[in-house]
Amino acid sequence: MEDTIIDKEATTIDSASAKNVRVMNPADSKIPEGPVAEKWTNYKAHQKLVNPANKRRLDVIVVGTGLAGASAASTLAELGFNVLNFCIQDSPRRAHSIAAQGGINAAKNYQNDGDSIYRLFYDTVKGGDYRAREANVYRLAEVSNNIIDQCVAQGVPFAREYGGLLANRSFGGAQVSRTFYAKGQTGQQLLLGAYSSLNRQIEAGKVKSYNRYEMHDVVLIKDKDGVERARGIIAKNLVTGKFERFAAHAVVVATGGYGNTYFLSTNAMGCNCSAAMACYRKGAYFANPAYVQIHPTCIPVHGDKQSKLTLMSESLRNDGRIWVPKNIEDAKKLQSGEIKGSDIKEEDRDYYLERRYPAFGNLVPRDVASRAAKERCDHGFGVNNTGLAVFLDFSEAINRLGIDVVRQRYGNLFDMYEEITDVNPGELANTIDGVNYYNPMMIFPAIHYTMGGLWVDYELQTSVKGLFAIGECNFSDHGANRLGASALMQGLADGYFVLPYTIQNYLSDQITVPHFRTDTPEFDAAEARCQEKMDRLMNIKGNRSVDSIHKELGLIMWEYVGMARNKEGLLHALDELKRIRKEFDTELFIPGSADGMNVELDKAFRLNDFITMGELIAYDALNRNESCGGHFREEYQTPEGEAKRDDKNYFYVSCWDYQGNDNKAPELIKEELNYEAIKVQTRNYKS
Amino acid sequence: MNVNLKIWRQAGPKEKGGFVTYQNVETTPDTSFLETLDILNERLINEGQEPVVFDHDCREGICGMCSLYINGHPHGPATGATTCQLYMRRFAEGETITVEPWRSAAFPIIKDLMVDRNAFDKIQQAGGYVSFNCGGAQDANNLPISKEAADEAMDSATCIGCGACVAACKNGSAMLFVSAKVSQFALLPQGKVEADRRVRAMVKRMDELGFGNCTNTGACSAECPKNIKLYNIGRMNRMFIAAKCKE
Repeated sequence: MEDTIIDKEATTIDSASAKNVRVMNPADSKIPEGPVAEKWTNYKAHQKLVNPANKRRLDVIVVGTGLAGASAASTLAELGFNVLNFCIQDSPRRAHSIAAQGGINAAKNYQNDGDSIYRLFYDTVKGGDYRAREANVYRLAEVSNNIIDQCVAQGVPFAREYGGLLANRSFGGAQVSRTFYAKGQTGQQLLLGAYSSLNRQIEAGKVKSYNRYEMHDVVLIKDKDGVERARGIIAKNLVTGKFERFAAHAVVVATGGYGNTYFLSTNAMGCNCSAAMACYRKGAYFANPAYVQIHPTCIPVHGDKQSKLTLMSESLRNDGRIWVPKNIEDAKKLQSGEIKGSDIKEEDRDYYLERRYPAFGNLVPRDVASRAAKERCDHGFGVNNTGLAVFLDFSEAINRLGIDVVRQRYGNLFDMYEEITDVNPGELANTIDGVNYYNPMMIFPAIHYTMGGLWVDYELQTSVKGLFAIGECNFSDHGANRLGASALMQGLADGYFVLPYTIQNYLSDQITVPHFRTDTPEFDAAEARCQEKMDRLMNIKGNRSVDSIHKELGLIMWEYVGMARNKEGLLHALDELKRIRKEFDTELFIPGSADGMNVELDKAFRLNDFITMGELIAYDALNRNESCGGHFREEYQTPEGEAKRDDKNYFYVSCWDYQGNDNKAPELIKEELNYEAIKVQTRNYKS
Repeated sequence: MNVNLKIWRQAGPKEKGGFVTYQNVETTPDTSFLETLDILNERLINEGQEPVVFDHDCREGICGMCSLYINGHPHGPATGATTCQLYMRRFAEGETITVEPWRSAAFPIIKDLMVDRNAFDKIQQAGGYVSFNCGGAQDANNLPISKEAADEAMDSATCIGCGACVAACKNGSAMLFVSAKVSQFALLPQGKVEADRRVRAMVKRMDELGFGNCTNTGACSAECPKNIKLYNIGRMNRMFIAAKCKE
């Protein structure tokens, strides 16, 4: 491949001065008229629908079977569309939504604690550091209640009170209890609910399910007016190793986030951004890639052979208290292993979140909690041998509630923690002055979720006609930071209650278009490109494994494009990514052949896209000369170390437009944000 | 820490397979079992050989993707945990660890340690749902459900569909898997409406797909990484007989 040097000018774009920055036409986001609370109702009242007889003439491809994908596929099929549904796992039930632990938000106000649709909307916009699109978030809050009704009707066994009604708990960034949960396995139960609906439609023949298939390209075909529309995909059958063609009237990608760009993350091993990158390369804008969520409560890294990081649910912060020692001497002793956490008594502990943010305490949003942990560790107060961990302590909760109640709430998480670390957080470890101290957990922030994603309009359609993106895969609802228990809400909102409506506004024009064939020149060309790429990867025949290069990429990303970023580091990262790209192109080795299953080959395809994704994150982080939510630029902070936004210059969504070549810097298009209902102000979790 | 890994290798569904022992795989007690397989694979790739193929994904014990018969037990020696939650501190220095795929006629081998569990999806498709279209639900709190019933349904619903129960069973029976889903719905009012139809359809599909019969040995439950209880099978048998009589 041609070794083009990345255009240095483009890598240092300053949005105020760059020449080639375009501003999006406000109409492109298709936000309906009217006050924010009436927009969705207005939209539904006036949108075009497809009548039942015509629905059966229309085919929709849904890629992905997580909460968004499975709920969209089943709901579209229930409506009467013919759905083709793809997943890379051996069963739709295994999509990574299954690993979500804590819960799902909804504005039911069952607790009578002052919740409302407006409050959920407001908390989500504020939690997202005022970088989300108001209209989308309001709709999300509006349909949140329908999701709970839907899931209960499906037989999802949510936790209940003795009176038989649904139980709730609190999550970060909220002062009400609006989180519904099923033990520490909420994602699993919601996904199995969506999977059950999907199964019903598979049995009915309305959904064709393709397991162990990976999308490699989206096929665009010009309509009679010369407009390119997404009309199909090329997918690799991971068992036979062959590329196959699939055609439809519209394509929906629900393929999750790009957290594995960092190699170590809480994502599953197979999570990847290749489908999203394929869309991006075909002209779908990629929005806000710099907004990456770092989850504060993960089990710390233990060694260089580690393959992934394990999350400890945010729900633990309901009763767990986060601390480091007050005295640096104690921290040093902890680091050298001379003492244990339970040897330090109450008055020598610094509950730094409660100290810094008295109003929200341990339940501040994730970005705030993560940065506060980093701040303490950077000052030498880390509590494990690497100095990169803080304590999450249940002593106070156990002393107050008893171990049985605490175990009932968090038992499975305690067991999980013990299996991995050999430490039982529910075990009495020490008694000082009559106070019982239990083993604290050790935690540290880790890459968890990506707020950025494919740019979509209000209808969840990307900048390519007929190509839709839902769930974590799109950018729309979380702004610069996602609140806990909102990912499940968004995935299911998109799949059950938004896309099945909005896609009809698109499909209503397509009813006269017959079923597509796949033996067209467009499909030929797309498959040939996939084949070419595969041959190139197989023929590099270097001497490095995919994982060894991916780990190198991950370290650069974490160090320079991670929790805290600065201009110099980002420029350095872009140079390093260029080197890694070259290393990949010349030194990669894939054993075996491309015939049949080849796991290393499939990983290589994904890594190729992670490198491009890494560059995209770095470009965006470099452009955004402010700190907001999950994007923290060290140059832009208050004297107390809080994030400093720049609403004057950066009150927009960054949309990156591919320039035809991975080695060329993408161009920036701004979607300016317009807030009507909420006053933009500095986030405050202190009072 | 060094271990020897004796692993079943098989190039494809129709190929002849066999054990290959890899000596002195270097790992640490804090490393997970699957990470140790990663270490072996890295070594194999560096030697120009094909890595061992195995299913895995979330690596936190919930997706049900990982499998493996380790030293004669599905998901290895730990109880109530999946293979991906297994850490090397469970093994002795220098130990030879035998690793096999799930062994069941209903789960044909794809390659090495990876098997095809599509039959599980097919059983769920036969009736593992409440027949209800999105949009028509009443307010969630209009349907009070006792905490006991909800908790018990949750215990059954916690099944991850990994197939350990089938692999553990000398008859290759899927009764624990099927009964877990049947029980979840049987315990909840939402699922009661079509309970008879569901149990008949799911059992019929299970039989058609070549799973064996249950002889109440209990290995399924003993080896289940999610501790799905044996009495789910009893409940399903009662429901099945009653539903058959009504037919």
